[in-house]
Amino acid sequence: MTILRIHNLGKAYKQYFSRWSRLAEWCLPSSHPRYRIYWALQNVNCQVQAGEAIGIVGMNGAGKSTLLKIIAGTTQPTTGSVEINGRVAALLELGMGFHPEFTGRQNVVMAGQLFGFLADEIQSLLPGIEDFAEIGDYIDQPVRTYSSGMLMRLAFAVATAKRPDLLIVDEALSVGDSYFQYKSFSRIRKFREEGTTLLLVSHDRGAIQSICDRVMVLHNGKAVKEGPAEEAMDFYHALMAERDLTLIRQERQAYGKVQTISGGGEMSVFEIRLLSKEGKPVEGVETGTPVTLEIRIKVNKPVAEAVVGFMIKDRLGQIMYGINSYLLGQPIRHLSAKDQLVCCFQFEMNLGKGNYSISTAISKKESHLADNYEWRDGGFVFSVLNTKKPDFVGCVSLDATLSTQHTFSAGHSNL
Amino acid sequence: MFNMQLKAIWSYRGFIWGSVQREFQSRYRNSILGSLWAVLNPLATILIYTVIFSKLMKARLPGMNDTLAYSIYLCAGVLTWGLFAEIIGRCQTVFLENANMIKKLNFPRICLPVIVVLNAGVNFVISFGLFFCFLIVTGRFPGWVILALPLVLIIQIALAMGLGVVFGIMNVFFRDVGQFIGIVLQFWFWFTPIVYPISILPKSIQPLILLNPMASIVAAYQSILVYGQWPEWATLIPPAMIAIVVCLLAIGLYKKRAGEMVDEI
Repeated sequence: MTILRIHNLGKAYKQYFSRWSRLAEWCLPSSHPRYRIYWALQNVNCQVQAGEAIGIVGMNGAGKSTLLKIIAGTTQPTTGSVEINGRVAALLELGMGFHPEFTGRQNVVMAGQLFGFLADEIQSLLPGIEDFAEIGDYIDQPVRTYSSGMLMRLAFAVATAKRPDLLIVDEALSVGDSYFQYKSFSRIRKFREEGTTLLLVSHDRGAIQSICDRVMVLHNGKAVKEGPAEEAMDFYHALMAERDLTLIRQERQAYGKVQTISGGGEMSVFEIRLLSKEGKPVEGVETGTPVTLEIRIKVNKPVAEAVVGFMIKDRLGQIMYGINSYLLGQPIRHLSAKDQLVCCFQFEMNLGKGNYSISTAISKKESHLADNYEWRDGGFVFSVLNTKKPDFVGCVSLDATLSTQHTFSAGHSNL
Repeated sequence: MFNMQLKAIWSYRGFIWGSVQREFQSRYRNSILGSLWAVLNPLATILIYTVIFSKLMKARLPGMNDTLAYSIYLCAGVLTWGLFAEIIGRCQTVFLENANMIKKLNFPRICLPVIVVLNAGVNFVISFGLFFCFLIVTGRFPGWVILALPLVLIIQIALAMGLGVVFGIMNVFFRDVGQFIGIVLQFWFWFTPIVYPISILPKSIQPLILLNPMASIVAAYQSILVYGQWPEWATLIPPAMIAIVVCLLAIGLYKKRAGEMVDEI
């Protein structure tokens, strides 16, 4: 079932030329506009099925909040339509409408009424809300005496007291302490299992990739990318560095992964290989074994200096390790067009078992945000296996050993 | 479209009633005397008008020998004008005051002016209740004609709410409206025969004053409460018509501008 259908959505704000312009527009009919149109959102299309989780990312001012507000129904769109099948709960700001002088219980009732619940419905939801908020006897104290964590838990408990069909979360959860985040995310996960559709805005790549199936990237009010979470997040990452759409391209590789490439193109990676100790190219590596990462680069335009680096990311896009030629104290200088450069990073693969991807970066200075020659996400994927060492959990192999000392109690006879 | 607004208000009745209660409570929450203040304030008003005008200034209504007649005349006008001015004054700022809530939550905004009217109604019931006690104690309760009072009140509240919503919406777009209405209400008060009887005005001006819908409404209150007579129904038709027109205008404006309003506050 389609829970949310966004069709050709656009939102324009009017910027009047002067204070009098609006008055003139209201009073004097005239064809010429007295305002400039500023589009905060343009031509956004999206369909979300029941139980799906969609992440929305974008830089400040990209139109994320406007989109959420339109879906939540607080703002009206200028063009297009939003069709929602079911009840919406929007966590745009927690604790909205709480009055500091009133008790937690009174505020819960009040907030519930604001969500359109009736009195007896709220009464039946109250025990569950108190349970989730874990504020004990404070429920009958004025909320001004609450700690911010308590206030957040209470507000979240009210807003999610009833399972909605569509839950909109706007970074509201990123402000609480980790216990609150854990608690609220587990409730959101439970809702999802029961069929709630989730719309999540966040800057936290980990949160987005661990929860969302799909991600929409907004840029200057337009949806510039929609796709699987990892692919879209790579695109977003490249966009943040470039701020220019034309320099980003994505290529689907033979192995099914998508590479995201951005940058000025002065230099480019044309081959990435992982070599075993014997010098053979591999895609699966035993944990703890020495490997060489070989990055072959061709120079397209002469550059005075360059920094070459790589990063290893896990399947959630979290960075496991990264280093570059600058940090290793090996400057690369005076490259002319058509030169080739081979960089070999040698290290021991002390990662836990799992799938990883390699991103490469070539830039003028040590930060790729300035003068980025090429940034390549998902350029190479490999897996780490563990067939020789004892099995362990986590992403780092610390090679723990164990020694035990058993002291027998006096009553125990050692036979 | 009227029907739709009513439905929205009905389905949010819990919120509306809760808000009215909460506003009343929060006003007196941290005071020792609590809601007693809700009674003391109008009591002071009534006391001032009775003591100062009838005892100290010995003011008499033309054609009435009763020493308290002028006090009752004053209260009949001042208390009902108070309701009118409170509804307009609060309605015109209600959208701006609740800007944060309007921007962040999706609920029928039309509930906000309804809450204002109900709150003003609560205050009015308290002050008018005291006034009734005063009338009964002094033996001047008008009797059956009091039944005409609710009808006049409905016309007055409809007029006030309609105007309040129109000004409230305009105030979002043009903040000058709020300032301007404050001045207009002062003039309007003195152009309505509340403190003075209409008979002291020159004959040539009297018909002009009657163009003012509040003049007929206040005259109806005075007729009921001071003279114990049924109001002249014909004089209430123009204010009733104006009230209906203003309410329709308010709903039309609300329909047209409610969406844009969110972008401006």
